[in-house]
This record gives sequence, structure tokens and C-alpha cells, in this order.
Amino acid sequence: MTTLEDRPVTEVGKARKRKEDAHLITGRTTWTDNMTLPGMLHLAILRSPMAHAKITRVDVSGALARTGVVAAFSGQDFAETQGVIPCAWPVTADMVNPGHPSLAVTQVNHVGEAVAVVVARDKYAAQDALEAIDIDYDPLPPVLDMEAALADGAVKVHDHTESNKSYTWAFESGAAGTGGAIDDALREAEVTVKRRFIQQRLIPAFMEPRSTVVQPMGDGVTMWSSTQVPHILRTMLSLTLALPEHKVRVIAPDVGGGFGGKLQVTPEEVICTLVARKLGKPVKFTESRSESLMSAHHGRDQIQDITITAKKDGTVTGLDVHLMADMGAYLRLVSPGVPVLGAFMFNSIYKFGAYRFVCDGVFTTKTPTDAYRGAGRPEATFAIERIMDELANELGMDPLELRRKNWIKHEEFPFTTVCGLTYDSGNYEAATARALELIGWDDLKAEREQRRARKDPVQLGLGISTFTEMCGLAPSRVLGSLDYAAGGWENAAIRVLATGKVEVVTGSSAHGQGHETAWSQIVADQLGVPFDDIEIIHGDTQSSPKGMDTYGSRSLTVGGIAVVQAAEKVVAKARTIAAHMLEANPDDLEFSGGTFSVKGAPGAGKTIQEIAFATFAAHDLPDGIEPTLDSDATFDPENFSFPHGTHLCAIDVDTETGRATIRRYVCVDDIGEVINPLIVEGQVHGGIAQGIAQALYEEAVYDDAGNLTTGTFVDYLVPSAADLPSFTTDRTVSRSTTNPLGVKGVGEAGTIASTPAVVNAVIDALRPWGINDIQMPCTPERIWRAVATGAEKSDRDAGGTVAYGGASTSTSDGSSDGELS
Amino acid sequence: MAQISVTVDQVDYSDEVEPRLLLVHYLRERLGKVGTVVGCDTSNCGACTVLLDGKSVKSCSVLAVQANGSTVTTVEGLASADGSLHAIQQAFHDEHALQCGFCTPGMMLAACDLLRENPNPSEQEVREGIEGNLCRCTGYQNIVRAVQAAGRTMSGSATEASL
Repeated sequence: MTTLEDRPVTEVGKARKRKEDAHLITGRTTWTDNMTLPGMLHLAILRSPMAHAKITRVDVSGALARTGVVAAFSGQDFAETQGVIPCAWPVTADMVNPGHPSLAVTQVNHVGEAVAVVVARDKYAAQDALEAIDIDYDPLPPVLDMEAALADGAVKVHDHTESNKSYTWAFESGAAGTGGAIDDALREAEVTVKRRFIQQRLIPAFMEPRSTVVQPMGDGVTMWSSTQVPHILRTMLSLTLALPEHKVRVIAPDVGGGFGGKLQVTPEEVICTLVARKLGKPVKFTESRSESLMSAHHGRDQIQDITITAKKDGTVTGLDVHLMADMGAYLRLVSPGVPVLGAFMFNSIYKFGAYRFVCDGVFTTKTPTDAYRGAGRPEATFAIERIMDELANELGMDPLELRRKNWIKHEEFPFTTVCGLTYDSGNYEAATARALELIGWDDLKAEREQRRARKDPVQLGLGISTFTEMCGLAPSRVLGSLDYAAGGWENAAIRVLATGKVEVVTGSSAHGQGHETAWSQIVADQLGVPFDDIEIIHGDTQSSPKGMDTYGSRSLTVGGIAVVQAAEKVVAKARTIAAHMLEANPDDLEFSGGTFSVKGAPGAGKTIQEIAFATFAAHDLPDGIEPTLDSDATFDPENFSFPHGTHLCAIDVDTETGRATIRRYVCVDDIGEVINPLIVEGQVHGGIAQGIAQALYEEAVYDDAGNLTTGTFVDYLVPSAADLPSFTTDRTVSRSTTNPLGVKGVGEAGTIASTPAVVNAVIDALRPWGINDIQMPCTPERIWRAVATGAEKSDRDAGGTVAYGGASTSTSDGSSDGELS
Repeated sequence: MAQISVTVDQVDYSDEVEPRLLLVHYLRERLGKVGTVVGCDTSNCGACTVLLDGKSVKSCSVLAVQANGSTVTTVEGLASADGSLHAIQQAFHDEHALQCGFCTPGMMLAACDLLRENPNPSEQEVREGIEGNLCRCTGYQNIVRAVQAAGRTMSGSATEASL
């Protein structure tokens, strides 16, 4: 056992190794798929092979005849009871939500949509019986291209809607009173640069496939599910299926990654609940990877038309953003809100006079999109950091100088942007200076010029991304003003046991982030108890009943603050009892290192453990004092926090093969104060890897029939260790002013920042060829084609694959004999 | 049905199995060795990696009947009987080489096989050696560090390196 004397002065800031690791490295894990219950049945789901079709007949009798099969159901069997998958974010009053059945009843609208289910005594039997289900489809034309989908006379995904548009969401700084009118900026511009950027469709690809176990319990259910959001799931499941909320218990045991992909109420969770209740038996469904890639929600998928205006000296004046955002076939939990989350981030760290953001949410016959790491903010950051480079190129200015000229200066914080957000703190100068130093920027620039001059076939490209993001989702009032259905608070409770050990209940449900370690460090400092004497309880709506869960880099900045507040309440209660024990006035006590003592009279004191036992015994407490130190706190933030950083990428681009190889990657992030630098570094590494994956590797591709052609890990290129470099990371610290810990959040920073740094580097290498864009992912083929044709590659048919519909997935005849410049 | 005898994590088992039963399903569903997990269905992710007679295999790509007469080591058999961690487990903990931990069992066992062949790999050799194992959380940097650190520990201690 750790003694108090062994403890460092503060736990916060220490690179504690994680508490979570012990069971994960020994295989003593509780993944949902590990769960077995007596009499448990296994579900297999038949999925649509058609992108768009009427279901004219479903016959499950063949499956029922198979050995081991207990039941089989089609959508008709649950048509009256399944409700619709909830969408919690109606972003406009007139947003069209076509309704999302968990099991398709009359029509399928994307490949992979669930159409029938088999229930059997073992998994193999269930899977085998799927082939015996007979379904007749009447095919409809697929709807794959967003622009075509919005055109007059387009085939509609959903018959009962007026068009394929779900909503138009708009913001304009002149109308909002937060800045000038965009039309004035556009009219008066001395320089205007317009670009179309494509955010390809991505797949979150958490490593643990989704799994759900449902046990019917009397008139309620207990659900174990691989989810990021047990609390949201509980409430939404009860609303969807008209189950009383207090009869639903949701448990998120060990969860193997999420990245937004498990921020959902899934059709599979609903189906499991329906079947378990119908049969009165526990059921389990675990998806295969192929099912996961085509039916778990996707991310990104936007067409971004960006116009930036500036004076000739480089001062930016206006930013005009028009998006088309592919919702896929249906709206899921926060599908429509994802692009809206980015609406306030396109202006980023720059002082624009005027700003407009208009987004159309569009239906297509593809898998629904929803949150993926960063959710709206990577898209925004990519667009602004790319267009800043394009503007610099147009002006003949150094991209770094252009940024310096326009970013918010350190002394200007707090700064209210053209969107009306107030950035808490930052020091872009310091982070950038440190990053330049670490990467050796001047030497790299000199090398780049030499290699350009000698026409080296392998060119060096240097890319910059000076990003910010908004973390800590979210002030409930802001969510309300954006028409989100719920709040953004977080809850924590602390229980002080008789022996002085401490249980901390948190509503943030972790799935790899290291909450158990970080929360223990916070509470160790707050209560003066040893790190190892603290247990963190989370992820079960019965033991941690209140919470808003984990997403949007919110856990520490919201949930961590709730923990601090709960600890403060414990100390306040303990103070009263300590004063009684010490026969002193509570105001005369000081609390330090876990001990209350009378000011000016060191020596005599009572430890928090002694007070805990005295409280438990309750033999001699002050009059009217409850015999407990336990506390509960719910924190609703006043503002977001705004981490920032400078990411630099040096990339070798082989102009003969098209291969881009990252040579150095340096980032200096400013995420405010840090609880555990080890965990922070890990979050940054993983985030950068996912951002690089968007820049260079990953793309969910559909063919012209609407089939996902990247439906396995053979085709969807999650990078391996051999595909990624080592990263050099460092930090600067601008304490957040919006919370008592001074923290900002780090979960998404790497993903948000890195994508434009890499693509800017690729483009930088190829500027001598007149190349201004290459569609992501910047594959060797796309780079080679760009070099070979000398053409700008942002147009939709420019790539080797077509990410968002169109005629083909690949052509081999697209190259021309264009000369290299 | 086929009769098989397999030693898994130092325990002998004899079972009747369907010839098509995958080793990973045999481990998870017949033996309850749920420390070994399934991450994909195309043998790309490596989450199910175990050691079969000391060499790493993806247990989703091996039939249980193929393991007949063999010795299987899973993540649950890495630590010593007294609970002391194997060098690779200790290194993964020390270097923060895991976040969600789902890929970790397979990653550690693949690393064991890599270190058996190459006790002192360079960064690039580690990266290439574990490229059959995907991780979505860490960006691999700390995994590479951990594998190298474990290699140093294991080559300094012959008994631990014998696995």
C-alpha cells in the first residue's frame, strides 16, 4: 500500500502509468462479446445486397427449418413495435427526417441495411440459416452523387419526402451581428480565391466490432453494449421502444475504441432488445468486420466550396463556406449536427471581418454518416488551412507569414471571433516558434529549394497546419440554441468508504482514454488520498446513473470538473466534522495533503481517513450533520475551451511513382494544463495517425451500383505500423480560463490538425507542376496522375477513385501525355 | 466431429469439434479463453494472434483441428504462474503502448514471435514485423518503443526470452 509520505506533492501533471492496463495486458477483459448467459441465443442479421430497392416478399420459413434455429423475423414482424432510430439533433425547424427503421420493412436504402434476423442456439447455426431466407427485391436506381441528388427531377431516396435535401443550415456574420456582411467582403475584395475541397467518406473502424447482449428482466431489460454512450443509449432506447426508462439498464463494459463510431443508438441494439423481449431469452449479436464497415455509421463526406477574400497585403477579410454534407440514407443520432459543429470553426485562428456558412444535408443511398473523431471540426480545419495555403500561393506570400499576419495575437485573448465564440486563451506565436525549431524549418526550406532547382525526382514538401478547435461539449445553453435535444453537463459522485478508500462515480464512459488513471490523479490531489486508494466507477447506468458520456473531447473539461466539484463538497463536509473532532472553528482549519489542522497549530490534525471512519461510526458528530462524506456534483460549462497547436509535416514525394512518404512530423499542441502527460502524448499520437490516414490512405468507396467496394480490411486501408512515421510532439501551456483545472481537451486535436498539414506538404512539393489540389487520400495513383497531367485535381472525376458516387471506381486510361513544367 | 487434443496456456484439453471450427472460436467459445479476440474476418487485423508451438498465427485463420497435438499460448498464458508479468506485458504498460486494449493481446504475441526471430530489432524492423496487426488508438509509436524495450529486457534475461 502506498503511504501518504510516499506521495508526490501533486498527482496532477505526473506521467502515471495507467490503472486500466492491468486487465487489458493479461486478457482478463470484459468485452461485450465475452459475455455468456444461461440460455443465451445468438442473432445473425441478413443485410441488403441492394443500394435501393422495394422489398416485395420476405420468407423466413427456410431459416426456421434449419437445425438449431429458434426464431426468424423480418421487418414486418416488428413494423408496429420497432419505432425509429432516434435523431437528437433537428438542426432546423423544417429539417426532413425520413425515419429510420431498425429492420427494413418495405424498402432498403443502402447496402448493408438490416432486413431479417435469425435467432439460433449458436452463432454458426444462426449465420448458416441466413442463406435460407428468401427475399424478393424490386430494384430502384441508386442515389450516389450529392449534386445530382439535389438536381430537379432526381430520383428520391425516400418516396415520401419532397426531395433529397434534409435541411439547409446557415449562418452569416452580418445578420448575426458578430461581424460584417459577407456580400460586402466579397464585393470589396482585392484578392479572391475559390476552391472546392472534397472530404472523402471515412469509416471510424474502431478495433472492437460492435456487440450487444440483452437480457430481459421482468418488465425491463439489461443491455450490455459496446457503446460510447450508455446513458444516452438508455434514454433513447426507452423513448424508441416505449420502455419506461427506469426499467432499462445499460452497461458499457470494456469497449474497444469508438472514435465517434459508437456514439450511436444502433439498429442492432434495437433489434436485440425486440427479440430478447419477444422470446423472453437473453440474446447476443456481434457483428463481423464486414458488417461493421458497411452498417456502422460512416464519417466526413462533404463537398466544400470555399471562397476567401483578402487585401493585397494579405489581410484576410471574408470567408464564404458552402457545404454539401452527405447524410447517407437516414439520419442517425447526430448526423445532421456534425457539419454544424464545424460551422464555427472554419474561421479558425484568423481575424476575418465577415463570414458565411451554408450547409445542405443531402440524402443518398449510402450508409448513414455521423460523428467520427473531430466531427465537423476536422472538415473545417482542413478547408481553412488548405485555402490559406492557396491564398498564400495566389499572393506569392510565405504561407507561414500569411498565417502570422492574420492570426489572433497572444495579447488579444480572450478574443471573440466572427462567429461569436469567445476563445479563452492561446499563444499561436509560441507554439509555432517551438514547432519550427523542432523540425528545423529553415534547413528544410533550403533543402526544398535545392531539390526544386536540381529537378530532383523526389521533391520535398513542407506543410503547415495552425489549428484550433472547440472542446468540452458543451454548454447546455449553446446546445439548446443549436436545437440539440439534450444538455452538455456531466455528473460525478464521490463515496468515501469507512476505511478511507474512495470510490469516484463518473458519467463519462471511457473506452481507452484513461479516465480511471486521470480521475484518480485529480481526486488524489483534491482529497489528499493515495492514487491507489481510489476506484473509478463508470459505464453502468445502475452504478453511475447520471451522465452524458464520452465524445467531443469533453470528458476532462466537463466530467473532470464535475469530479473536482464533487471533491470540494467532500472536503467541505469533512471540514465540519474535523472541526468538531479538533474542537475548533471550521474557518480556523486548513486542509493540506489530506489532513485538517488548526491554522498556526501544526502537529494536531485529523486525516481524511480518520474523519471517514469517524463519520462511518457516527458516534460523535456535530448536531444535525448527516453521517456521510459522500457527494454529488453536476457541472455545466459556461464556455467551450479552445486548444490549439502548430503541426508541421515534411514529406518526400516521388514524382515518378507518386509515392508520398512522411519524413518528419512535428507538432506542438497547447491543450492548457495537463493531468497526465503520458496519456496526452498517446492521444496525440493516435489522433495524428487517424488524420494522416485521411490524408494518405483511407476512403470508403462506392461503385456505380451503390456497393461499398471497401467493405473489408483488405480494401479499407487502416494504416499499419509500417505506413506511419514516428512523431515528434511537444506542448506549450496556455491555461484555459473556462474551468478550474485550466484544461482544454486533447482527444481530437491530432486528427483535426494533421490532415491539412500532410496535404499542404504534398501540394507544396508539387507546386512547380502547377498543382493546386489533390483529392484525398493522396494515393500514389492520384499524385502520379496529377504530375503526369499537370492539372488541378480537385475536380470530382480527377481521382483514381470516386469517393462520392459517379460512374467508376477506377480508370486506367485517365492519364495524358501532359508535359511536366 | 473430430477429436483433438491441445495444450492451451499449459492446460491440456481434449474435445470433439466440428472440422470447420476456427481455432479462435474454439478458444473463446469452448474453452472460455476470451482474452483472445476477433477483430476482422479477412485475417488483416491480427487481434486474434496467438502462439502455436511458439510461432505467431492468426487464430481466425487456423482450424481447431489443425491445432491438434500442438501447444497454444494466448495472452492469458503470458504471465508467470505467480502473476509476474512477461517482459512484453511490462513493456506495453511502461511505454503506454495501449489505449482501448483490444489489439493488445494479438500485438503482444506477434511481438513475442518477432523478438524470438530478432531479439534486438530496429524501429523499422519492428514496424515491418508488426504490420499484420492493426491498432486504431496509439499510432503505433509507443508500441514500437515497447517492443524494443521488451527486446532489451528479454535478451538480458535468457529465461524470459525462452517463451
